Amino acid sequence: MVKSGLLDKKNRVLLYELVKTDFKLRYQGSFLGVLWSVLKPLLLFAVMYMVFVKFLKFTDGTSQYPLVLLLGISLWSFFTEATSVGMGSIVGRGDILRKINFPKYIIILSAMMSSLISLVINLIVVIIFASVTMHTTHANFTNLIFIVPLNIIQLFFLAFGLALFLSTLYVKFRDIGHIWEVVLQILFYSMPIIYPLALVAKIHIFGMEAQKIIMLNPVAQTIQDVRHNLISPTTVPTTWSTVNNIWLAAIPILLTVLIVIVGAVYFSRNSKKFAEIM
Amino acid sequence: MASDKKIALEVRNVNKSFRLPTEQASGIKQAFINRVRGVKGYTEQHVLKNISFKVEEGDFFGIVGRNGSGKSTLLKLISQIYVPDSGKIIVNGKLVPFIELGVGFNPELTGRENIYLNGALLGFSHEEVSAMYDEIVEFAELEEFMDQKLKNYSSGMQVRLAFSIAIKAEGSILVLDEVLAVGDEAFQRKCFQYFAHLKREKKTVILVTHSMDSVQQFCNKAILVDKKHKLEIGDPVDIAKIYRELNNNQTEKIVSEDNKSDYAEITATSKKTDKGIKFEISLKAMKEISDPVITFLINRDNGEIVYRWTSDEKIPHKIDLKTISNLVIEIENIFPNGIFDVQVGIKSRDRSKEYAIFNKATSFEIVNKGTYPSDIYWKPQEKFEYK
Repeated sequence: MVKSGLLDKKNRVLLYELVKTDFKLRYQGSFLGVLWSVLKPLLLFAVMYMVFVKFLKFTDGTSQYPLVLLLGISLWSFFTEATSVGMGSIVGRGDILRKINFPKYIIILSAMMSSLISLVINLIVVIIFASVTMHTTHANFTNLIFIVPLNIIQLFFLAFGLALFLSTLYVKFRDIGHIWEVVLQILFYSMPIIYPLALVAKIHIFGMEAQKIIMLNPVAQTIQDVRHNLISPTTVPTTWSTVNNIWLAAIPILLTVLIVIVGAVYFSRNSKKFAEIM
Repeated sequence: MASDKKIALEVRNVNKSFRLPTEQASGIKQAFINRVRGVKGYTEQHVLKNISFKVEEGDFFGIVGRNGSGKSTLLKLISQIYVPDSGKIIVNGKLVPFIELGVGFNPELTGRENIYLNGALLGFSHEEVSAMYDEIVEFAELEEFMDQKLKNYSSGMQVRLAFSIAIKAEGSILVLDEVLAVGDEAFQRKCFQYFAHLKREKKTVILVTHSMDSVQQFCNKAILVDKKHKLEIGDPVDIAKIYRELNNNQTEKIVSEDNKSDYAEITATSKKTDKGIKFEISLKAMKEISDPVITFLINRDNGEIVYRWTSDEKIPHKIDLKTISNLVIEIENIFPNGIFDVQVGIKSRDRSKEYAIFNKATSFEIVNKGTYPSDIYWKPQEKFEYK
């Protein structure tokens, strides 16, 4: 068989076809179609905004906070969706895997692509929303905006590494599905997504330390980085501004690399047997 | 035999075994329990042992074997869906496998979209699929339906589309499971014509089949995969012969479970002989039976009665308790291919009473043997003994 490199032409074609199919089928039969990709996070945002900003007063007091909140929710939705869908994708496509041999990671990539497309749409919505409400939310677009793609690439690879690892485990143990749901919940509340990081610092005992530990999480790091670089470089704290130590600040990035490597190695070791054990 | 033809596929000392889980649950809990108990949680099943063969370019290579012989496993190994435990599989060229038709077909997509998706799964680029697209559609005879969603196709149309992709895919080695040659009669004929065409064109084809006719008609080489048997490689005619023997031996002794009634117990066997098929039936009377006749029917699996015989006056007027009546009936084997059940009955001579009916006293299978009589009323030569 002809050796195929990572994402050579044949694999790209396959990826393209699978993503196209996924996207086409996703909103099959729904009245608003692709619009749901935009509407869903906006509705979620509206709920979160009402509950956390208006009722519970979880705000850092800046005028940009609604934007920061919306952006955080969009990024978090991508992370949850990409890892969950990626985890189940191998089992979900078992019918094909048992009949045709092709690089298995394409399945995971294709499953994640839909989430990525949604994220891109959401980012556009956020930018439009920020521009329209400029007079009240005061979004501060700077040159840092060009770093945003890098942050998103990091988040994508983080999710990819996790999906590689989780999907392999999921083939053997379906329990992982439930476990991951719980882990996602824990992650969600452990990070400043719906509350500002400053809220943690206000805790009397270990508040400052907790803040630093929270920001060592690569998901928190990437989300804060995107918020910082895209919306408000002056008001959004990042890992760097929180830990203030180059070695500590490197931890989330190293963790991302580690997760990708472990995920890829574990996946490629086991992927040959997928067709047999499923 | 030296040959300067290139090797398209080489299978070298391949072994494959599977772990069959003994516990149903697939979960962390079960894995943990098994570990604690020291139970393996699976049994090892050795499916293929030390298989080696070569397929040269231009070969029409047949793989035959009974159900569960490891044929499909071999096919999946060749298609690189499974990895061998040991040994090597070397493929030179682009191998296009069709283990199942329409893999990845989605009912919500149109026929056209499904062709491109299926093509991509098989490793073809967009341009390559475009190049073979027209031929596929033409072969499937579905020109007007390509922009319809697949869910609106009849099942026959879906199968035709899938099979056309399989057949027209431009790989250098085509792996086909012949069970897939489906559709209506006209389409089936077309498929077989295309097989013949592929053979003339000297395409490398690996065909998995149950039909010895196909093997002899198309293949120039064949292997027989069987667990107990050594792997046989050779001339399709020889392979077909071995395969038939294998099947006939197997059907020698099938005795029905339901072999008891109030009046009698039966043991029956069917055996292939030189002249035909020999049935040995022994009936043990559990009660006194007066005025009996013994009836003997052969049913096809579709319920059609193909042979009928009654003892009439040839047996005594009374069968005493515990006596054993032995019947030997030998019938010339001019049965068509298929599975047959033998029904044995004991009735009263005036047919007013049925003492015992054994619906499946024994069964036998005819594989590629004999010619079907053109006449509806056909009478095989028979011989009968009563003891």
